[in-house]
Amino acid sequence: MLKLKDKKELTADLAIRQARLPMKVIIPLSQHIGKAVNPIVKTGDVVKTGQLIADLREDSVSAPVHSSISGKVLAIDDLAHPVLGRARAVVIASDGLDQKEEFKPIASAETAGRLSPGDIRKAVLAGGIVGMGGAGFPSHIKLNPPKPVDSFILNGAECEPYLTSDNRLMIERTDEIIQGIGLVARCVGAKNVYIAIEDNKPDAIKAFSRKLAGTGYRLKVLKSRYPQGGEKQLIKAVLGREVPPGKFPFDMGALAHNAATIYAIYEAVYSGKPLYERVITVAGDCLEKPANLLARIGTTIRDLISECGPLKEEPKKIVFGGPMMGIAQYSLDTPIIKTTAGVIFLTESEVKPAEDAFCLRCGRCVESCSLGLEPCMISLAVEKEKWDLAKSYGALECMECGSCSYVCPQGRNIVQSIKYAKMRLK
Amino acid sequence: MADKLYVGVSPHIHSRESVSKVMWAVCLALIPSGIAGVFIFGLSALRVILISILSCVCTEALIQKSRGKKITIADGSAVLTGLLLAYNLSSSVPFWIPLAGGIFAIAVCKQAFGGLGANIFNPALAARAFLLASWPKQMTGFTKPFSLDAISSATPLVILKEQSAKSLSDLGLSYGDLFLGRRGGCLGEVCVIALLLGAAYLLWKGYIWPQAPAGFILSLGFLSWVFSPQGFFKGDFLFSILSGGLILGAFFMATDYVTTPLTKKGQLVFGIGCGLIAFVIRRFGGYPEGVSYSILMMNAAVPLIDRWVRPRRYGVSKNR
Repeated sequence: MLKLKDKKELTADLAIRQARLPMKVIIPLSQHIGKAVNPIVKTGDVVKTGQLIADLREDSVSAPVHSSISGKVLAIDDLAHPVLGRARAVVIASDGLDQKEEFKPIASAETAGRLSPGDIRKAVLAGGIVGMGGAGFPSHIKLNPPKPVDSFILNGAECEPYLTSDNRLMIERTDEIIQGIGLVARCVGAKNVYIAIEDNKPDAIKAFSRKLAGTGYRLKVLKSRYPQGGEKQLIKAVLGREVPPGKFPFDMGALAHNAATIYAIYEAVYSGKPLYERVITVAGDCLEKPANLLARIGTTIRDLISECGPLKEEPKKIVFGGPMMGIAQYSLDTPIIKTTAGVIFLTESEVKPAEDAFCLRCGRCVESCSLGLEPCMISLAVEKEKWDLAKSYGALECMECGSCSYVCPQGRNIVQSIKYAKMRLK
Repeated sequence: MADKLYVGVSPHIHSRESVSKVMWAVCLALIPSGIAGVFIFGLSALRVILISILSCVCTEALIQKSRGKKITIADGSAVLTGLLLAYNLSSSVPFWIPLAGGIFAIAVCKQAFGGLGANIFNPALAARAFLLASWPKQMTGFTKPFSLDAISSATPLVILKEQSAKSLSDLGLSYGDLFLGRRGGCLGEVCVIALLLGAAYLLWKGYIWPQAPAGFILSLGFLSWVFSPQGFFKGDFLFSILSGGLILGAFFMATDYVTTPLTKKGQLVFGIGCGLIAFVIRRFGGYPEGVSYSILMMNAAVPLIDRWVRPRRYGVSKNR
């Protein structure tokens, strides 16, 4: 694993603040792994904040979508999408009032103990909650593991550079997160609960260590290494278990959720509030006012720039997520979605354009790979279009953490060739 | 702004290391030994170094130019080859030895294979082997340290090999002399302390890994100690690792990116293999020094090592 320059100092000490209400939001119908949902509103409809606007297809991996502001539906159209490039989305113009739908909590602190796992899952599903670290897997499914789970891990590693949104949540919403953990641990029947935080977040560690007395939860302080926040790496770091390729964490009796997801689950259960806003880190050396914003889903990059700008220098790359695994955007009208943990602005000097360079066989990528793959050999096999060879070096097991490309002294696009190999091998 | 955004694949940041940075760092790390060489053997050592570097750089540029390729002499790899080749030569060689060596190293051992990254053998060492086979007389005459006249002197390993001396004291040398480089030998291999200084810098920067040099030095020293001509466990551990070109070879040539295994474990195997072969050559072979040949032979074994010594795959083989 790698020790990266984490650049978290830009925002680590900035408290979460409410973003300005956007005048217009673009809410994609696909914000999760699985099938897109169907809109249940049409152009011209008036909606409230938190109102269900797209429903779930029966028996499919999916999660419902809610309006993030009150106002009028302007259009339902194919628009810029942060992950898919272009996808169907509902466009809502704000009435400026932010009139909220009435949220009905399903439990309070006193009654939460009586909730059944089914009740919790139903609330999580109704809240449209998905894995907010980036993967976007619908959380209600993850809360129903087909095998018994003995250990739950709160993923507070946040190992990507720049991102501090989970860090701030853990500092400012510690109690809520602890209650959310209680819900999830009971839901899956986990006996052991670990709170895993990397040591570059001392404030979050302090916040939890003060409040864990009596809960039986264990605080696990990890050395700051990339990609330790990856599910497989985290389970190994905390439990010493390895999840074999093709298997899932529950096969090894483990479940991990990141801090933002747990907070969303807390809100869905204790206040009945669906996932229509989230904390994002907006950072970069070229931003005048980087911030941790509580922003509405569907807020566009343009709005974020006006909130956190002005720009000191023109950015060359705008990345959703962290700089190691995030996705570079092509349009300023791209909206943030449930899985967007941060929006990072990188300048010309930080972005290294791809080079068409040969492999030296120096082995730096091999030693950097936390999954024990041989990245340079995969990329060489891909260049020769030897797909089976690429597979034998581990192409299909790659999680695309980017460590290999990061360390490559030749700046080779190893991740890109592995992505290509995966496509050809499917 | 939007029409000027890059949209490449992740990762979007990079460690900023580059091959030329590494190559120049290795060159820098070799400078102390070069200065020591010039100090010990006189300006003729500097002459050999300069001719060797010029020969390598010009050959690289000419070949790349004639093939219509981008000229990459600024990346430092040809300079490094030139330096290493010179360090493997005696300061008393005639001018055409480093000239021919440089041409052979770059033209035959590097560019003929496809340039940097595609060569199988370490170009400097392969050129040295070529020179030794072609002009053995010129290649085995060594200048006596601190004497301005080119008095031919045998290296300590040669003297011991020929059995005209039994131990270090018979040679009139101390370990301190070996450390500082007061002995006959190739111009860049004699001053151990200068080489270690450079090696420490490279290890600290992470540009080289310790596995190959450690495996090489410890295995050669251990074997020389156990199986000495005087009987079992009577060998001179320190002498065996301080003499000859072991320190130069172990830290600067058994760590070459291109011609050594991919993994740290593989590099350890590589280093131990080098130590074993070098020992066999020194002890039983017809030639007093085996470091350069051992590295060349292990270069050839790299594909095999890489096939057998693989990284441990996460979740696949827990107890391997």
